[in-house]
Amino acid sequence: MPKYTLTVNGQQKTVEVAEDTPLLWVLRDTLHLYGTKYGCGMAQCGACTVHFNGQAIRSCVMPISALEGAKITTIEGLAPANGLHPVQKAWDDTDVPQCGYCQAGQIMTAVAFLKETPNPTDEQIAGAMSGNICRCGTYHRINEAIKLAVKYSKK
Amino acid sequence: MENRRDFLKKVFVGTGSLVLGFEVFTEASVRNLKNATEASLYNAYLTITSAGKITIFSPNPEIGQGIKTAFSVVVAEELDVSITSVEVVQAHFDPKRFDRQETGGSAALRHSWERLRKAGASARYALLEAAAKKWGVEVTTLKTNNGKVINAEGKTFTYGELVEEATKIQIPDKVPLKAIDSFTQIGKSIKGVDNIDVITGKAIYGIDYYEEGMVYAQLVRPPFGKKLKQFDATEAKKIDGIIDVIAVGNKVAIIGKGNWEIIKARQLLKVEWMADKQIEDDQLHNTRFDEIMKNGKFDVKRRDGDVEKAFQESFQIVEATYQCPFLPHNPMEPMNFFADARNLEKVKLVGSTQNPGRTLPYVTKLLNTTPENVRTELTKMGGSFGRRISHDFTVEAAELSHIIKKPVKLNWTREDDMTGGCYRPAVRYKFKVGLDKMGNIIAYSLKGIGMNWNSVVRENIFPAGAIENVLIENYDLKSDVTTGYWRAPVTNFLAFAEQAFLDEVASKAGKDPIAMRLELLKKVKEKPIGNTAYEPQRFEEVIKKVAERANWGKVKKGVYQGFSVYFSHNSYVAQVAEVITVKGKTKLKKVYVVADCGIVVNMSGAKNQVYGSVIDGVGHALHGKLSFKDGVVQENNFNQFRLIKFDEVPEIDVYFIDNGKNPTGLGEPALPPVGGALANAYAKATQKRLYQQPFAEQMGNIY
Repeated sequence: MPKYTLTVNGQQKTVEVAEDTPLLWVLRDTLHLYGTKYGCGMAQCGACTVHFNGQAIRSCVMPISALEGAKITTIEGLAPANGLHPVQKAWDDTDVPQCGYCQAGQIMTAVAFLKETPNPTDEQIAGAMSGNICRCGTYHRINEAIKLAVKYSKK
Repeated sequence: MENRRDFLKKVFVGTGSLVLGFEVFTEASVRNLKNATEASLYNAYLTITSAGKITIFSPNPEIGQGIKTAFSVVVAEELDVSITSVEVVQAHFDPKRFDRQETGGSAALRHSWERLRKAGASARYALLEAAAKKWGVEVTTLKTNNGKVINAEGKTFTYGELVEEATKIQIPDKVPLKAIDSFTQIGKSIKGVDNIDVITGKAIYGIDYYEEGMVYAQLVRPPFGKKLKQFDATEAKKIDGIIDVIAVGNKVAIIGKGNWEIIKARQLLKVEWMADKQIEDDQLHNTRFDEIMKNGKFDVKRRDGDVEKAFQESFQIVEATYQCPFLPHNPMEPMNFFADARNLEKVKLVGSTQNPGRTLPYVTKLLNTTPENVRTELTKMGGSFGRRISHDFTVEAAELSHIIKKPVKLNWTREDDMTGGCYRPAVRYKFKVGLDKMGNIIAYSLKGIGMNWNSVVRENIFPAGAIENVLIENYDLKSDVTTGYWRAPVTNFLAFAEQAFLDEVASKAGKDPIAMRLELLKKVKEKPIGNTAYEPQRFEEVIKKVAERANWGKVKKGVYQGFSVYFSHNSYVAQVAEVITVKGKTKLKKVYVVADCGIVVNMSGAKNQVYGSVIDGVGHALHGKLSFKDGVVQENNFNQFRLIKFDEVPEIDVYFIDNGKNPTGLGEPALPPVGGALANAYAKATQKRLYQQPFAEQMGNIY
């Protein structure tokens, strides 16, 4: 079995898995990082979204062989020590989560989006967030939280 | 039973060591107390240590409905501590300690309201009495405030300082509860107690549960109506990490070291199914609906007066037929469960289940063991919508673990979840109403056929009670397609059909749809006909309020309103949907919601439930479609089964009636009316009625 080395949440990890193994299963089954969720396995729901060199990607369809040396950030690595990322804080203050299962993916998508678009319009928010499914229907609160996160980021 | 009742009316007191020795306490709670040498005051729902640590236990499974937060707020309110200063812990399954430890029917708060209040109030009573003793004053001179008892001079004891003394207090049967108007937390917006764990990725859902030494497994299940003929796993077994491939009844289990290995092996597995009877598809389902509606012998669920005679005497008849497909639940966390059934005297089950008490007898029967030998731990759940009330996946895990003699995590893929059955039943309804010359309803009949569902009609709800001649009938049509509870079972579709039909009746009768409902409710208030489960004045109130908030009938040009109201799970919800048309396309712009669910415990959580229910109802009414071909479901992942997305949701205006009545359900009641409100607004905009779900493919131009 081939070996791959990548940086996950600032820590260097070497894993020995089949080359076609999607990052999602490397994170969950090999590294026991369970914050990144399985939802569909075909990049349709966004529950597995992580950052690959700062960009949001769907880890369920990203083979490990394409990630040698990559910097991966998962929901577990988003917050600074002893605190929350402004997007996480906005999520809590808006009381977004219901079941919470999709929220790691929603937050990772929102963080990458706000980095590119720090002052988004409603249309831009809708465009960025419409690839992440929330079966509980937290969309209104996600919208509010993103706007609050914009304010927090300016402080 | 006696044990459990004692828990409800008394505060049990003791030392830390007694707590440890006390059987009802689960590991999770013991963990908090393990190093405690100090005294603890506790009952089924809480512990207070002399160091001042307060823990509240939430027994009911959390599926995202916010019960863990709502329950603990009620306990905290009566105990008089801030919810933010306590730890809230999910209690594991423990029927000796808790009554009705299940999530379903939007019934948790309604059922537990009094007992949660008593749990908090009992402890507060003991602490107050203890303080009175210590100070040598009358208890009436004392008050509590956020974890402290305060005397007339302003001196304080923390709850922790009083624990030792409080353990000696006798609790009366009738503990005084707070006056409703003195609540300081109930009714406010309280953030979810699990929020931080969720948004930092620390929350553990069933699918995340891991134990050293466990293996993973998936099951390949047969198409509906078929059986396993044979399988060839030669190639599948060549995948690194595959432990075994075995038949389990009519299913094939693939056992491996990781999920990806199993997914890969599945693609190489060759399975042949066989059939010894006619296999179902959409066409067969429709043919059966047609035949039964024409010639079936229905069960009479309600008969008032003489409908046949009244129809003959009617000036005008209105009839309509409605139909909906089977629907999967599609919680974002697919079904999964952990079982360790190697040792039948020490079986361990862990995971996402709405109803551990329902699973237990099936597991004990299958494994030939007793309930005392089975421990069930509850995890957080990634949604459910009724799916995890069923026990199919939990029993599968237990059986597999027992067969392979290993602790196993059984995972369903999204495809398994969507094609594996346990659906909202497919239903057809036929409504018929007879109107007199004045446009009054003098006869009403409803025939319902549900596939694999005991009854798809509701005989004690509006408009029954308001009409002289009523006939409500049901037919349970057997099918190989398995069914289960889907958020707001039955009413998730019945409400649409009924409310859309009444709208059409109002239009044919030349009446305003809201005025017609109020006319009918007036009749129920004055002289109800037969049994009714609802209170007409609470109905009236939500209707009038939503009309006022939506400015009913006075909207600007290009905006079309549709009205709907429904009573379910003991709550009343009225809605007005607004559809706009732009360049020949229609769009659902806004939904006004007025709900009467009694006292709102957590305003933020309650709003979340309403937003979620409306979005759920709109999404599935528009897009929810499941089709069958040769016993196989054709839509098997989110590329084919469309769930509503961020850019499709309407604005939602939520208002709760504040009447101080005991809380009733809210996890479901805002869902049933929304399909009707949408269809009725669409009819106003386009003059076209919608009779079948999903709507989107008939609406043509939507955006």
